[in-house]
Amino acid sequence: MAAIVVDKVVKRYGGVTALSGVSLAIAEGEVFALLGPNGAGKTSLVEILEGHRDRDAGTVAVLGMDPATGGRALRERIGIVLQEGGLEGELTVIETVRYTATLFPKARPIEELIALVGLQEKMRARVRTLSGGQRRRLELALGLVGDPDLIFLDEPTTGFDPSARRQAWELVRALRTFGKTILLTTHYMDEAQALADRIAVIAHGRIVAEGTPATLGDRHRRGARVRFRVMTDVSLQDMPPPFAGKIGAWIEAEVKDTTAALHALTGWAVARRVELDGLTVVPPTLEDVYLDLIAEQAA
Amino acid sequence: MKQPSLARLLLGQIGLENRIFRRSPTAAFFSLIFPLLMLLVFATLFGNDRIGPLGVTAAQFYAPALAVYGAVSTSYWNLSIHMVNSRELGVLKRMRGTPLPTWMFLGGRLASSAWIALLAVLIMMVVGVWLYDVTIYVHTLPAAALTFVVGVACFAALGCLVAALSPNSNATPPIASATLLPLGFISEVFIPPSASAPAWLGTVADFFPLKHFARAFSGAFSPTLHGSGFAWSDAGGTYAILPHLAVMAAWGIGGGLLAVRLFRWEPRPETVG
Repeated sequence: MAAIVVDKVVKRYGGVTALSGVSLAIAEGEVFALLGPNGAGKTSLVEILEGHRDRDAGTVAVLGMDPATGGRALRERIGIVLQEGGLEGELTVIETVRYTATLFPKARPIEELIALVGLQEKMRARVRTLSGGQRRRLELALGLVGDPDLIFLDEPTTGFDPSARRQAWELVRALRTFGKTILLTTHYMDEAQALADRIAVIAHGRIVAEGTPATLGDRHRRGARVRFRVMTDVSLQDMPPPFAGKIGAWIEAEVKDTTAALHALTGWAVARRVELDGLTVVPPTLEDVYLDLIAEQAA
Repeated sequence: MKQPSLARLLLGQIGLENRIFRRSPTAAFFSLIFPLLMLLVFATLFGNDRIGPLGVTAAQFYAPALAVYGAVSTSYWNLSIHMVNSRELGVLKRMRGTPLPTWMFLGGRLASSAWIALLAVLIMMVVGVWLYDVTIYVHTLPAAALTFVVGVACFAALGCLVAALSPNSNATPPIASATLLPLGFISEVFIPPSASAPAWLGTVADFFPLKHFARAFSGAFSPTLHGSGFAWSDAGGTYAILPHLAVMAAWGIGGGLLAVRLFRWEPRPETVG
């Protein structure tokens, strides 16, 4: 069963179209990452799903309910971790979590949850004394306290130090094993790569690509990027394509058939007793694919 | 899996708001302490002379008048500032994403505000009786209580309207102060009614709700008025709250409806994302 179904959703702000007919489906138990540049419509889409914003056209079902009218019954089953804020500075960490827990029919054990996000030392500290990263972790705890079936994580690790980020990732993986559905937005490609089962890229209010981290934008069919230097003084004009005619200290090209291209290149080098200095062969990263997709849209 | 009852949610929200208030020194000062300081200053300045055309002691006039000021500080000044701060901090938006019904959140916040306003009034009157021999008349207390309820509801509605109109946290205290303090001087709150004041000033003050709150409440502590207060006409020295309540109800309902129309749950967006 699908946790989220979005069909031809349109959202306009005055004359500006933020979403022009977005459709997607997220299965139960899936970790789904939504990527896109700022202003692409990412936040609009997520906020429509959360019930924070109305749509102008299209249908949406979140856990089988329309978020515009789902009300309390829906909000008892979702957890929202907003991009920023929403915390009362004068309450302590445990008071904030305990209070939020009282709003839900079933709540996770409070102290255990605080430990899970790594705030046990700060349990009795006022929220205003927390660092930015600690606040984000408290917000994460508030999003999870009602033991929701579906969790919205809007840039959950922005401002985290590397170890806190790893901890947050472990937490998301743990939630996944409990069968929770997670909709994640992020600017970090390594985060999407590490956590997501599927990814959608949104640009100019439309989904421009959708797939697994391995197949997004035909990543698995794209050739590797080959890079090297030639320190010996030889003519580079007769190098095999696609390297021929490249100039500069480093020679760099994306190849279609990696094996054949490397065979031709190393054959050329061995025949001339040329060293391919610092040779690297790197398959396209998620970031390469993402940036290409965004660049195509801008063109 | 039992859904928490609405009563429990409301009580929880009131408790939370009260806790936040206890930890907010500025709000506590302006609601509870500042009006008391004014009472001490005025009572010291004027001694126990009979002041103005009312023919009552300074404390007998100022204790109820400043109790009204404390109640309005809480329900109008504090409430509007707290509401805008919550909006700018994203608290309102976050609460809307939880199962707490929106009206329950607002209800809890308003009830907490009314509770603190009640404390402000009770503290003021107890200090007045204890230090300055202010006289309490039992037969007018029901009218005073009803006036308190209507007045606080009216100013809370107007506080929500200020919150809806205020662009951000920095703008709210000046807006709330600029609308409250000048009225305080012409509405028989800081200065007793005076025979020498120009008539037009009285007409201006009559238009706004503060003077009606002050008159209806202070009348309950006047030794010269008679009756229980539940009257429409003040002819012949009758204590009459009903015309005053009508004006406050009109402001409260009008302001409340406008606030509901204009209220925003999120700060003004800087960019569309």
